[in-house]
Amino acid sequence: MVLGTYKQIVHARSTDKQIQKISQDGGIATGLLCFALDEKIIDGAVVAGPSDEMWKPEPTVALSSDEILAAAGTKYTLSPNMWMVKEAVRQYGLEKAGIVTIPCQTMGLRKLQSYPIGVRFVAGKIALDIGIFCTENFPFESLKTFISAKAGVDFSLVEKMDIGKGKFWVHTADDVISFPIKETHGYEQSGCKVCLDLVSELSDISTGSIGAPDGWSSVLTRTEPGETIFSQAVDAGLIETKPMDEGKFGLEMLTKLAKSKKEKAMKEIDQRKELGLPVPYKASSEKEDPLANV
Amino acid sequence: MLARIKEFLGMEAKPKEEASQQEVEKVAEEEKAKPRIGYIHLSGCTGDVMSLSENYDILAPLLTEMVDIVYGQTLADVWWDDENPMPEMDLALVEGSVCLQDEHSMKELLEVREKAGLVVAFGSCAATGCFTRYSRGGQQANPRHESFVPIADVVKVDLAMPGCPPSPEIIAKTVVAVINGDMDYLQPMMDLVGYTEACGCDLQLKVVNQALCIGCGTCAMSCPTRAVGMTNGRPEVNSDRCVKCGVCYIQCPRSWWPADRIKQDLGL
Ligand SMILES: Cc1cc2nc3c(=O)[nH]c(=O)nc-3n(C[C@H](O)[C@H](O)[C@H](O)COP(=O)(O)OP(=O)(O)OC[C@H]3O[C@@H](n4cnc5c(N)ncnc54)[C@H](O)[C@@H]3O)c2cc1C
Ligand code: SF4
Ligand code: SF4
Ligand code: SF4
Repeated sequence: MVLGTYKQIVHARSTDKQIQKISQDGGIATGLLCFALDEKIIDGAVVAGPSDEMWKPEPTVALSSDEILAAAGTKYTLSPNMWMVKEAVRQYGLEKAGIVTIPCQTMGLRKLQSYPIGVRFVAGKIALDIGIFCTENFPFESLKTFISAKAGVDFSLVEKMDIGKGKFWVHTADDVISFPIKETHGYEQSGCKVCLDLVSELSDISTGSIGAPDGWSSVLTRTEPGETIFSQAVDAGLIETKPMDEGKFGLEMLTKLAKSKKEKAMKEIDQRKELGLPVPYKASSEKEDPLANV
Repeated sequence: MLARIKEFLGMEAKPKEEASQQEVEKVAEEEKAKPRIGYIHLSGCTGDVMSLSENYDILAPLLTEMVDIVYGQTLADVWWDDENPMPEMDLALVEGSVCLQDEHSMKELLEVREKAGLVVAFGSCAATGCFTRYSRGGQQANPRHESFVPIADVVKVDLAMPGCPPSPEIIAKTVVAVINGDMDYLQPMMDLVGYTEACGCDLQLKVVNQALCIGCGTCAMSCPTRAVGMTNGRPEVNSDRCVKCGVCYIQCPRSWWPADRIKQDLGL
């Protein structure tokens, strides 16, 4: 199953106009965190907040909806969100923390929860993990290169960046510039090459744009708590849903991309094993399902 | 059983205290022969056993009903000397590294290996040497004591539970796994027995240098001494603060990956 285990898969978006405006896609991450905070399901959340530098995120502990809103939108560069998890629990005293993670961060979080070897009284205080899809990530200098050299835009004028339909998009106040995603190849961090997870298979709820119409997100609920929170937000009218498009640009596309990411990664993993380089995953020959994230 | 452990560890919504209480009582009931446990204190700071005792809500039933503490100077007032032979133990928790110049420690460790079925390197001092790696002797009370090594350098070790200290949760999970014979859960701890030369620089050598780092920040979060920061999405270790406990590298999702257990724990 290339999309991991899930309970339901739907298209969804936040019904809040402000969230729709500032979010990357359907505003699921922001919308759900704000809902969970209001309902006291969480008492704060680790998000990729703004820093002093434009488009360089800083892992931040958000205690209010305003701080969650300030982190909306995708920053296509490294935000070590796991770094702030202990801070959230110790310094901010959170008992039920939420967090947004890309798949590899989700993996760090889940390993911590199953094997909290050297980290005391933190793992049990993470109440909600919203996983976002991820194909690859870029060092900040790579991102700067795309914007200035490939898109020819001054960094400070950029209002939104996006990856979709095979292109990297740069939005400014009065212009939208794009270049083929192929041109970003070679700029991504190399650790992504062995990553088997596009859709955050181990999160409570995962969400991303692939397979969804513009302004909407694809959402998969996975765990019990994830399903419960999502349903509650839908019942409360804060999230609206529509059935997943099963067709070529919907589920088919998502499945296809998840599969091709896994196939590419497995090739790299097998190659590394042959060379005797370390890699934490099994070779294709060592596992039942050659595409499983193990 | 696992579901109940999960509840105890707060992974499900159930009230913590209640769940853990039931969990421990259940194990206590189920066990006919209680495992005999010893605690051996070599060159460590007692932090590891303090961490064990931080399992407040399960400590009393753990010590009184689930296990028999048959040896130890902290948990039970039992000393080994010429008149009192060291008892047989199913499991010995050894805290602290062993000092090669300290004849008493060396003798005790070798005797423990004889008398215990399973020897656990309990805490980073025992597992990796941790901060005792920096010792160079010349101090009081014994200036000759300078060479402190992980116990696996001297005796065969069955399980390593690093951590400075290991978390109360991992201690509880491990004890329950041992009682249940849950070898799958214990496998990573068996593998960690070989990880005796730990250092914050492993993040650079074994992750970043190997094209595996993805900048998640788990290492920086895990470090008990705040020796690790994140600069441009990569760990940066301040070696002056590093106590060589190994926790950063052990928690890194790119060092080892317990996928099956995670799925099981999440019900996925
Ligand atoms: C590096 C990266 C690559 C991605 N690649 C894809 C892709 O290939 N396909 C796809 O469908 N989706 C991808 N996404 C996810 C997508 O861009 C949206 O973030 C996702 O759909 C959530 O949108 P939203 O409107 O629900 O979130 P919003 O409400 O806009 O909130 C976004 C949330 O993401 C968090 N965030 C932002 N940047 C980062 C970051 N760098 N690291 C960690 N967390 C961050 C913020 O804290 C915020 O809470 C990627 C995201 C990142 C960060
Ligand atoms: S592709 Fe995988 S490893 Fe790379 S940033 Fe995304 S989730 Fe992390
Ligand atoms: S824990 Fe994350 S950031 Fe740290 S070394 Fe491992 S992959 Fe890199
Ligand atoms: S950097 Fe921190 S966690 Fe890593 S070995 Fe040193 S003290 Fe331990």
